Amino acid sequence: MSSVDRQQRSRTARRRVRASLARRRRRERLFRAAGLLATAAGLAFLGMFFASLIAKGASAFVQTHVLLDVETPVAALIDPVDPVGQADPIDLIDPVDPDALVNDSLRELFPLVTSRNDRRQLARLLSIDAGESVRRALVAAGAEAGTRLSIWVPAAATVDMLSKGQLDPDVEERLRPLSDVQIAWVAQLKGEGRLKKRFNSALFTNGDSREPELAGIRGALMGSFYMLLVTMALAFPIGVAAAVYLEEFAPRNRWSAPFGRLIEVNINNLAAVPSIVFGLLGLAVFIDWLALPRSAPLVGGLVLSLLTLPVIIIASRAAIQSVSPSIREAALALGASRMQMVFHHILPQALPGVLTGTIIGMSRALGETAPLLMIGMVAFIVDIPGGFTDPATALPVQIYLWADTPEPAFAERTSAAILVLLGFLLVMNLAAVVIRQRMENKV
Amino acid sequence: MNDPNVIEPGGVEASADGPGDPGRRSDTVSPRSAVAEQITEFGRIPVGNVRCEDPFIIAENVNAYYGDIHAIRNVTLEIAKSEVIALIGPSGCGKTTFIRCLNRMNDSVEHARVTGRITLDGQDIYERGLDPVVLRARIGMVFQKPNPFPKSVYDNVAYGPRIHGLAADRAELDDIVHGSLERAGLLKEVKDRLDEPGTELSGGQQQRLCIARTIAVNPEVILMDEPCSALDPIATARIEDLIDELAEDYAIVIVTHSMQQAARVSRRVAYFHLGMLVEVDETDRIFTNPQHKLTEDYITGRIG
Repeated sequence: MSSVDRQQRSRTARRRVRASLARRRRRERLFRAAGLLATAAGLAFLGMFFASLIAKGASAFVQTHVLLDVETPVAALIDPVDPVGQADPIDLIDPVDPDALVNDSLRELFPLVTSRNDRRQLARLLSIDAGESVRRALVAAGAEAGTRLSIWVPAAATVDMLSKGQLDPDVEERLRPLSDVQIAWVAQLKGEGRLKKRFNSALFTNGDSREPELAGIRGALMGSFYMLLVTMALAFPIGVAAAVYLEEFAPRNRWSAPFGRLIEVNINNLAAVPSIVFGLLGLAVFIDWLALPRSAPLVGGLVLSLLTLPVIIIASRAAIQSVSPSIREAALALGASRMQMVFHHILPQALPGVLTGTIIGMSRALGETAPLLMIGMVAFIVDIPGGFTDPATALPVQIYLWADTPEPAFAERTSAAILVLLGFLLVMNLAAVVIRQRMENKV
Repeated sequence: MNDPNVIEPGGVEASADGPGDPGRRSDTVSPRSAVAEQITEFGRIPVGNVRCEDPFIIAENVNAYYGDIHAIRNVTLEIAKSEVIALIGPSGCGKTTFIRCLNRMNDSVEHARVTGRITLDGQDIYERGLDPVVLRARIGMVFQKPNPFPKSVYDNVAYGPRIHGLAADRAELDDIVHGSLERAGLLKEVKDRLDEPGTELSGGQQQRLCIARTIAVNPEVILMDEPCSALDPIATARIEDLIDELAEDYAIVIVTHSMQQAARVSRRVAYFHLGMLVEVDETDRIFTNPQHKLTEDYITGRIG
């Protein structure tokens, strides 16, 4: 080939490279733009989701309270839990109903309200729990008889909604839960500074309730907590042990290899099985066959650990696989047994990945609802569970229950409960990230 | 698991050689005098002398397979108690596979199978019931890429003695660690950094740490698989000096791609080709007067 020819060829080549360069750059720009668009869209939806949740749920963290002036009675109060007063026989002498104190206080505030019907309407401005709050406040204060105390008692859900602007006072009277007089009374209370939104501690200290202003997530939180304890105690050790066995000890010769693959396919499959199927399994095995109690965190935890196991096994196997083979060889060549190799070198190195997988599995378990429906954890349970076999519900199930309630005041509480659940999930996933980084820096 | 006790004199395996290979002898005499030579397309190999005086490791008719790949074909080789023998040959010729047979590292490789007989000090290392843990305490290994544990320098060296229970107390363990680092020529450099991770040392230091870790267990043989291929010339020179010093007490089998290195450190050289042992001889003779055409081609740079 002559040198002129060669020059000609290299010129052509350069020209073609330039021509193709423009095309390549255009493609790259397009690809980047598409990626950016996808990310932006994802972020936008996430933002909308959070914005709507916070907009709806934030108001549930405060609750409207009414200030009552109550005189400490001479006699003891009736305890609704122990109405006959057997716990304290001295108080049997003419016990006082705290509800009566509330009514007295209201009569003082509104001396002009006299008719029986109006009085009943007036009393409905307060939560049915008002008497109980008065009793608790009086007991806590322990003041002498005759002392006047100012006590904040929760308002009824309707008043709460009115003061939060969720109830339009301009609609026709018969279409709203508060009558014109009631609205006027609320305005009067507000004018006297006796109506205030205070932190809604009931949301965090109470169990479920039919009354929105009394409903709380404590029971559901405790139920979730006990369930996760059971899940953690079972799924973590079993999952890691299974992963170690499958990766390091399972025989892998010609005959057992198909068997190993079968196990692998099945584990991957289990991770994708709809969670309700695990619920059915739990119902059939744990409740029907093993006769464990229904609605119990113990059974919930068992079902959730079945659900979490594949996730933990898959994550742990991946973490174990990612440990450099040179470390294995170094340990074996020094004369470490397989077990020593695993426990001295492989597991410590794989631990960040194993823990991340476990936490992700646990947060999946925390957010799981469907299997719990099958094992009876969907019941209306007021009491806060105190153990693994007490009837309980779980946070996501509580959300499901509240979302299903026709009572409009539950809407904001549903959003608030979702926010709490998301908060826990966020903390758990953040912990996974932190643990991973910490440990990887250390190694 | 591979079948450890298969002794096949002559390595009569259908896949061992192509058809039309009538030179296969299949005499079944005692292992010591078993077939040491085979006839291949390359003629009668190996040439030179696979035997040595006072052999410590004897490999007789060793064949190794990875699945269907026949990685080592009928290799017979003796290694003396305190000598440095270098294994050379083009990539994929089976040098590394061969030394991994010597400490049974191939056990943990899927589908790996070894036949033939390898004895260490008269003991069959593939004997049923022999725990490779015991074997590996006697035959240490240094790998191509420095692979210290992600632990402190001290723990790296102390790991072997700890798992084998070599030290009665902390003071004895300290002695072993310091002594091993000293022998590996690393003590001066890391004396004040014993608590730092071994992975933070330089490449050459890491490799010497791996050697210190190996000799801390007090092995009788050290296998080195291209120990300098990831190191710069200065670090390489230090390791080579170290091999010279260690040669007084240990039998060293070193796999290397560097002919200069083989010439510098070894007393004998074995040339491997396509899984076969082609020529074994004194280092001087191999490099000055190779007997086999393949060996000559390789050391003069025509193959490899």
